[in-house]
Amino acid sequence: MAFFAGNQYSSQQMKECNRLSYLKGLKDAMPIMLGYFAVSFTLGINASQNGFSWFQAGLMSFLNHTSAGQAAAIRMIADNDSYLNVAISQIVINLRYLLMSTALALKLRQDTGIGERLAMSYIVSDEIFGISIMQRPPLNAWYNIGAMTAASPGWVLGTILGAVLGNVLPNDVTMALSVALYAMFIAVIFPPVRQDRILAVVIAASMASSWLFDITPGLKEISFGFKVIVLTVAISALFAWIRPLPREMEVSDAA
Amino acid sequence: MRHDTYIYIIIMAAVTYLVRMLPLVVFRKPMTSRFFKSFLYYVPYVSLSVMTFPEILRCTGSPLLGVLALVLSMVLSLVGMSLPLTAGISCTAVFLANLL
Repeated sequence: MAFFAGNQYSSQQMKECNRLSYLKGLKDAMPIMLGYFAVSFTLGINASQNGFSWFQAGLMSFLNHTSAGQAAAIRMIADNDSYLNVAISQIVINLRYLLMSTALALKLRQDTGIGERLAMSYIVSDEIFGISIMQRPPLNAWYNIGAMTAASPGWVLGTILGAVLGNVLPNDVTMALSVALYAMFIAVIFPPVRQDRILAVVIAASMASSWLFDITPGLKEISFGFKVIVLTVAISALFAWIRPLPREMEVSDAA
Repeated sequence: MRHDTYIYIIIMAAVTYLVRMLPLVVFRKPMTSRFFKSFLYYVPYVSLSVMTFPEILRCTGSPLLGVLALVLSMVLSLVGMSLPLTAGISCTAVFLANLL
């Protein structure tokens, strides 16, 4: 096949390359779809218990794809917290995606168009970042678009199923299912403690502070959402100050 | 005043999209602040811990069931069990304990 100026490919080669990247992303993200289904199912249960319809819960998942962010928002919306607090909570909890997107931008083909960049920004999650950053550079945006095509339905349908079942199952079953979200969160934060012992201190300090906020007169009037914002910023900053990451370590190694 | 659920959803979607999109489209420089990177490393652990405790003690209506779920999911995940399995077993245990 002929090369045009330098390493410019013909538009036909380009399309074929995009198609193959798309299919590879689609295939690589199949396990993510299943994992997403399980996690978002618990979010759906949680949403239904906080008064969301299946449509509202599904729409939130379709437009966000963030487990911690959505879990916080579900509770804040149920509490009728302010729009501003919800916005701030999402920025704080999801700010790490900024770092992931930055890493992806550096790995991306230089000639990636703005439309493709806007499209792949739809989902930058821990899991999709994880598989796409492992690709041989340069990264084709269509790999990410393929991955999200597979992963997103798992996330959205899991949420909807959870919300529907949360509304129809007997009370003692939904009560038991309501711990699933928290059990998942625990299963996300505890295993890395084995590699980085300071995380045990971080988790203990966070849980203790959260509990103190709930029982201390004056502090307990603060909304759940504002508590999450304040404690997340304060405790993360404190540990970043007293124990910064070793230089070679990146956020991508974390949860 | 009761806020509108759909407006909440649109606001959160917009800010989350901006966080993901800006580095890919607008500024494309590597991040160098070690403090900021370290801060972002700790954020998931802190925010998930704060959201989980003491909420887990309340969500079942019985603090004892909450403690059971907390301890069980800690132990199961630390011995290397997968996320869905950890959650599934914890729910089943809570359901059965509630019957007792």
